[in-house]
Amino acid sequence: MEHIVIIGNGISGVTLARHVRKLSDKKITIISAETDYFFSRTALMYVYMGHMKFEHTQPYENWFWEKNRIELKKGYVDTIDTDNKTLFFAEGDQMQYDKLVIATGSKPNKFGWPGQDLIGAQGLYSKQDLDNMEVVAPNNKVCKRAVIVGGGLIGIELAEMLNSREIPVTFLVREDSFWNGVLPKGESRMINRHIKNHHIDLRLNTNLKAINSDENGKVKSVIIEETGEELECNFVGLTAGVSPNISFLKDSKIDTKRGVLVNRYLETNIKDVYAIGDCAEQHEGIGNRRPIEAVWYTGRMMGETLAQTICDNPLEYKPGHWFNSAKFLDIEYQTYGWVFGERGQPDYEKHFHWKHDDDTKCITVAYHKDTNAFLGINTFGIRMRHETFDKWLTENRDVDFVINNLKEANFDPEFYKHFEKEILATYNNQLQTV
Amino acid sequence: MSNKINHSMSLASPDAFHISTKQKVALGIGLVGLLILALALFNVHLPNTGLFLTLSLVMIGAGVVIYSREAYLTKLEGIKNDGTWFKSISSRGFWGWALGVILTSFYIVLYFYPQYLGLAKDGAPNTGLVGLFDPLSNLLSGRNASQWFVYGSLYTIAILAFGYKFILKYRHNRYQQIRTMSVMFFQLGFAFLIPEFMYVMNNDLPYYDLKSVWPLNYYIFDEWSVKGFLSNGNLGLALIVFGIVSTFLITPILTYKYGKRWYCSWVCGCGGLAETAGDSFRQLSSKKLSAWKLERWLIHTVLVFSVVMTTAMVYSYLGKDSNNFWLTRDVFITAVIVFLTIIFAGVMYFRGKELGKDAKAGAIGYGVVIALLLFMHFTATTENLFFIKGGTLRSIYGIYIGSIFSGVIGTGFYPILGSRSWCRFGCPMAAILGFQQRLFSKFRITTNGGQCISCGNCSNSCEMGIDVRAYAQKGENIVRSSCVGCGVCSAVCPRGVLKLENDTMDGRINPTEILLGNDVDLMDFVNKK
Repeated sequence: MEHIVIIGNGISGVTLARHVRKLSDKKITIISAETDYFFSRTALMYVYMGHMKFEHTQPYENWFWEKNRIELKKGYVDTIDTDNKTLFFAEGDQMQYDKLVIATGSKPNKFGWPGQDLIGAQGLYSKQDLDNMEVVAPNNKVCKRAVIVGGGLIGIELAEMLNSREIPVTFLVREDSFWNGVLPKGESRMINRHIKNHHIDLRLNTNLKAINSDENGKVKSVIIEETGEELECNFVGLTAGVSPNISFLKDSKIDTKRGVLVNRYLETNIKDVYAIGDCAEQHEGIGNRRPIEAVWYTGRMMGETLAQTICDNPLEYKPGHWFNSAKFLDIEYQTYGWVFGERGQPDYEKHFHWKHDDDTKCITVAYHKDTNAFLGINTFGIRMRHETFDKWLTENRDVDFVINNLKEANFDPEFYKHFEKEILATYNNQLQTV
Repeated sequence: MSNKINHSMSLASPDAFHISTKQKVALGIGLVGLLILALALFNVHLPNTGLFLTLSLVMIGAGVVIYSREAYLTKLEGIKNDGTWFKSISSRGFWGWALGVILTSFYIVLYFYPQYLGLAKDGAPNTGLVGLFDPLSNLLSGRNASQWFVYGSLYTIAILAFGYKFILKYRHNRYQQIRTMSVMFFQLGFAFLIPEFMYVMNNDLPYYDLKSVWPLNYYIFDEWSVKGFLSNGNLGLALIVFGIVSTFLITPILTYKYGKRWYCSWVCGCGGLAETAGDSFRQLSSKKLSAWKLERWLIHTVLVFSVVMTTAMVYSYLGKDSNNFWLTRDVFITAVIVFLTIIFAGVMYFRGKELGKDAKAGAIGYGVVIALLLFMHFTATTENLFFIKGGTLRSIYGIYIGSIFSGVIGTGFYPILGSRSWCRFGCPMAAILGFQQRLFSKFRITTNGGQCISCGNCSNSCEMGIDVRAYAQKGENIVRSSCVGCGVCSAVCPRGVLKLENDTMDGRINPTEILLGNDVDLMDFVNKK
C-alpha cells in the first residue's frame, strides 16, 4: 500500500489527509512536533482570553484519527533523503515514504533586533508560543506592560489578548497608519481610532531599535528608534509577519526560495514530493495573489486540490476569487475580490468609501476607473455573503449594480439595522459632485 | 497554561480575572437580599414580611443589575467572554459545583418536601420562606402563597434580572436583545401574572400558563384539569380548545415558518431561564459524539413516554359505554393509533430517504408506541392501566419527568451540564418541535461560503451541544432538530460565518465536500461524484 507522509498537522496537512482518505485506501501518516492532535491555530488567542480551552480548538475528537486510519506521529523531521525516500527524525529514528507532502507552515519573522531572543520576546504562532506567553504574561502583576512590534493581524490579536487580562499594551507600528499596506485610508484610520478606544497605546511611525535584558536574560525594556525613548515592559510581541518554516530542508535536494518552490500542481522539483499551505511558494503569483499566501483557507484549498492529484486525478491549484476576513478587536472585517490599500493601489483602481457615523462600520468598493467594473469590496462591521460576491465577481458586474443590489449580499443577523439606502445615497451624491 | 479548571478550594482566585470594587458592592447587596430569603427559610421571625420580601427581591435584582452594568457598560460593545473558562463558577470549578449542589438541593426540597419551605398543611398559616411570599401572593390573587408561587416569583426575578444582564452583554446585537425581551415578557406576563389574574377572575379554573403547550404542559389533559375546564363553561371550554389547537395547529405552523426557535428561545420559560440565568453556563454542554447519541435516545424515549402516558391518562377517565358520550375508550384509542399512523406514514413517504438511518429508529419508536397502546388497551381495567393504578401512573410521570428531569437535573445541574440539559436530553416538547423543524421548516443556519477558520467559538457556546463548527467548516447549512435558534453561535463567530435564516425549503440541506473559494472545476468534479 502506498504510504503518504505529511509533515505538519495544520489545516493544509489535515485537509489533505482527510480528502486522501475519502478518495482512497492509502496509508497516511501525519508528523508533527508541535501537538499530538490537529488544532485551529487561529483560535489560540481565545484560549489565552478564556473564551475556550485548548481542547476546544481541536475540530475533531481524539478517536477520529484512528477511526479514519490516519496515523499520527509526534516527532521533528531533521533531514530528508529524497533519493532513498527516507525521513530522519531529530529523535534518531527514520521513516520511509512513497509520497511526501511538506506542510510545515510558517514561523514569526525576526529582523535581527538586538535582544529578540530574550525570554519574554516572542511571536504568537505555535502552541508553544502560547504556553510561553502564559509564563511571561499571565497577568498584570507579572507583566506590567507589553510592547507589540508590527502592525498586522497577529499584532492586533495579541493586543486584544493582553487587553483581556488588563495588561497595558504599547503597539509599535512602523507605518503611518495601521495595516495600510493592505487597507485603504479610511478603513485604516478608523481602525487606528478603534484601537485607541480600547486604551491601547498605539504608536504609528515608530520602529523598534532594541530590546534590553535584565540580569536573568528576561525582557526589561525596549528602545524606540525614532525618539530613543526607553519603555519598561516584560513582554515583547514580535508580529512583523511570518515566513515559511523550512529551515530543515536546507541540506535536501528540494528547491526552495523563501518557501518550498512548487508548480501549479503543488509538485516540487523532486518527484513524489509536494508542498502545500503557508510554506509553499508558487514560481509566480496566481493573478493578483502573492507567491506565498499565509492564509488559513488557501492552505485548506491546497490540501483539497493535492488530494485529487495524489489520488490519480491530477489537478492544478486554481484558487477562485480572493476573499478573506478578520476581526479587529470588536470590528469584523470581510473582503471579497481585490481592494488595494493606501500603498500599492494600481492607477486604474478607484474607490467608493462609505463610513457610518458611529465610526465602527464602513465599506470600500473598488472599481475600474474606465470600465466601472466591480473589482472588490471591503466591509467593516457589516457581514456580507460570500456566495453572492463570488457570483458577482464571476459575472463581471459593474459598481452600479453592486451598490444597488447590496441588500442581496447582506449577511447580518435578523433585526440588524441596514445601511444600504444610506450607502446608495452617499454613492449617488459623490457621483454627482465628482 | 492557565486554561485549567481550578479545583482548588481556595477562595482567592489565583487567576488574572478579578472583579471591581463596585462589583463587590453589588455582590454584597445581592447576597444580603439572598440572606433575607435564607433567614426566612430557617424560620427566623421577620416582623413585617411585606417589607422584608420587597427588600429582598429588590436587593437581589439591584445586585445583578449593578454588577452587570459594571461588567459590560465599562467596555465597548462586542463579544465579551473573557475569562469564562478561568472562573471557578463557569468552568466546573469549586463554585460551580457548590452552586450545583445548592440548586439541586433546593429543587429536591421544593418538589418533595415543601413543608421545609414553610408550606402549611390543612389551612394553617404559612411560615418560613413560603410565608414570606404571602403578601405578594395576596396582592396578586388574594390567596396565600404556595411553594410554587415562591418558585414562580424567584424564577421570574431571575429571568428579569439576568435578562437585563444578557441584554447589556449583547447590546451590539439586536437579535439577542429582542429575543431576550420577548422571553422576559412571556415569563412575567404569561407564566407569572396572567395565571394569577385568571385565578382572581375565576378561582375554579385550573392553573393554566397559556404559552405552555402539550407535552410540556403534560397535565393539561389530566382528568382533574379537563374537569376543571369543563366545569367553567365557555371560558374553560375555550381554554381547552386553545390547548388542543396550540398543540396540533399553531405549533406546527409557527415551526414551519420560523423553526422551533419561536418557542424554545422566544417564548418558553425553561428556555428563558437557560438563556438568562443560565447564560454563564452555556459553554459547559458536551459536544462529544457520544453525548449526541445519548441525547437522541433519551429525548425520544421521553417523547414516547409522554405520548403513551397522556393517552393513558385520557383513556383512564373515558367511559366504555357509547350511550353516555360519543368519545369512548375504543373510539379514542383507535383515533390515536390512526393519527399516529398517518403521521408516521406521511413522514416515511415524504422524507423517508432524507432521514436515512434515522428512519429505522423512527419506525422502532412508532412500533413501540403502538405496541404499548394496544397492550394497555387489552390489559386495562376500570382501575388499572398497565397493571398499575391510574393515579399512580399519573404521578410517576409527574415525578420522574416533570420534577426530577426538568427541575432537579435540568436546572440544578446548570453549572455542571450546561444551561439546556433538560431541553436537550429530556424535553418532549423539544423533541416534537425538533421533529417538525428537521422535517419541514424554513429555518436553517446558513454558513458563509469558505470564511470559516474552524476556531470553534460557535461550538463552544452552543448550549444544545451541537458541534456547529463541524458543519461550518464544511460550508454546510446547519439543519438540526435540536437547534433552538438562540443565535449565539452567529454572534460569537469572529468571521461572520453563521446566519439564522428562514428561507425556502429548496437548498436547505446542502452537503458539499469542497468549500467556496476553490476553483470551480474542482467543485463540479467533487459535487458530481
